[in-house]
Amino acid sequence: MTAAQAAGVVIVGSGLGGYTLARELRKLDRHTPLTLVTADGGEMYSKPMLSNAFGQNKSLDALVMKSAEQAAAELGITVLARSRLTAIDRAARTLRVGDANIAYDRLVLALGADPRPYVVPGGEQVPIATVNSLDDYRVWRAGLVPQGRVLLIGAGLIGCEFANDMASAGYRVTVIDPAAWPLGRLLPAALGELLRHGLEQAGVAVHTGRSVVRIETVVGDSFAAELDDGTRIGFDHALSAIGLVPRIALAAAAGLTVDRGIVVDRTLRSSDEAIYALGDCAQTEAGPLPFVLPLMAQARALAATLSGTPTALTLPAMPVVVKTPCLPLAVCPPPPGSRGDWIISGVGRDQQALFQDETGRSLGFALSGGAVGQRQSLAKEMPGVLG
Amino acid sequence: MKKYICVVCGFVYDPAIGMPEDGIPAGTAFADIPDDWACPDCGVSKSDFELVEA
Repeated sequence: MTAAQAAGVVIVGSGLGGYTLARELRKLDRHTPLTLVTADGGEMYSKPMLSNAFGQNKSLDALVMKSAEQAAAELGITVLARSRLTAIDRAARTLRVGDANIAYDRLVLALGADPRPYVVPGGEQVPIATVNSLDDYRVWRAGLVPQGRVLLIGAGLIGCEFANDMASAGYRVTVIDPAAWPLGRLLPAALGELLRHGLEQAGVAVHTGRSVVRIETVVGDSFAAELDDGTRIGFDHALSAIGLVPRIALAAAAGLTVDRGIVVDRTLRSSDEAIYALGDCAQTEAGPLPFVLPLMAQARALAATLSGTPTALTLPAMPVVVKTPCLPLAVCPPPPGSRGDWIISGVGRDQQALFQDETGRSLGFALSGGAVGQRQSLAKEMPGVLG
Repeated sequence: MKKYICVVCGFVYDPAIGMPEDGIPAGTAFADIPDDWACPDCGVSKSDFELVEA
């Protein structure tokens, strides 16, 4: 690469946000130079597929939809893989990437998020994996021993999906979460208990309302966790899935306004008029939105803006499908801070839970079993996330 | 007729089968599906599907 790299739009990040933006932008504009810079390998893949790859019979290779070279050729863009952004010079409109400076006219940060660190006594002695990229997943999967015992820390969306998927592939999974039931932030108790039962039927041991107090090596690559009720759980592999922290350090160092994420307006523009952000690193006025549907909507709106049609992001209510084959689930969380109660109806595994305020207006929902088919029609009745 | 795949979840739309439960009869080309149609598995939009190369 030469120092005379043509300016244009530079996207940093090759996750769903970065590549969806590149694809949407190319639908509207074939000519503006478009460079995608990524610390990863630049493969086009879908992160949501990582947590149900066994269930879908996906090998590591099958998870890669396109290599960086294929993606670059098909989209008519430059992809700089294994190239880590280390600094943004806003005055010069250049990026420091390795030993090179890359010029931009407009910069899009699609940096994603880091797994929230899991801190536990003994944890510094025992490998605890996190999976938030294809690279992470390769390392995790390559290290698995057949029928190994897996300790999963966190029974949120990703934790439950991985627990179900690993159990389906013959691993002996134990999941631990301090919440009273699985998916405690997204489901009312009744549906959470159905999920617990489903996970248990799939072979997963579920310990909710519990925390790990200590982790230790038993012998060699065999480890044990002690819970706060004294239960001792042996394991060969540990995976932590306790949430994500938006990557804001580079933006903050460059003087951009950051809060929990990189703060952006309705057009996804940061406090610098030449710099935009989307996806897990960004914070719109609706807060960070760590799901795929908002990300895709952001990419489409931003593509329009970057191609000359300033477009404010609007987000309808967007149901999230939880990939737990042991109990199909769809959730549409009420806006943060909403007050109300869950109204639950249904038979057996097929439950509909509506989160309603005191006037009886529905603000969100959770559906299980056969009821998940109602998600699209129900979503139309819910308040939008960004109107 | 050509199949299309959801880039997010891998769901494949096969025109030979259609999506009768969504009111899309067998034999409907992907291009003729309404633009507001969403992936039946993960909910992303029609524009998040790509042609499956034969």
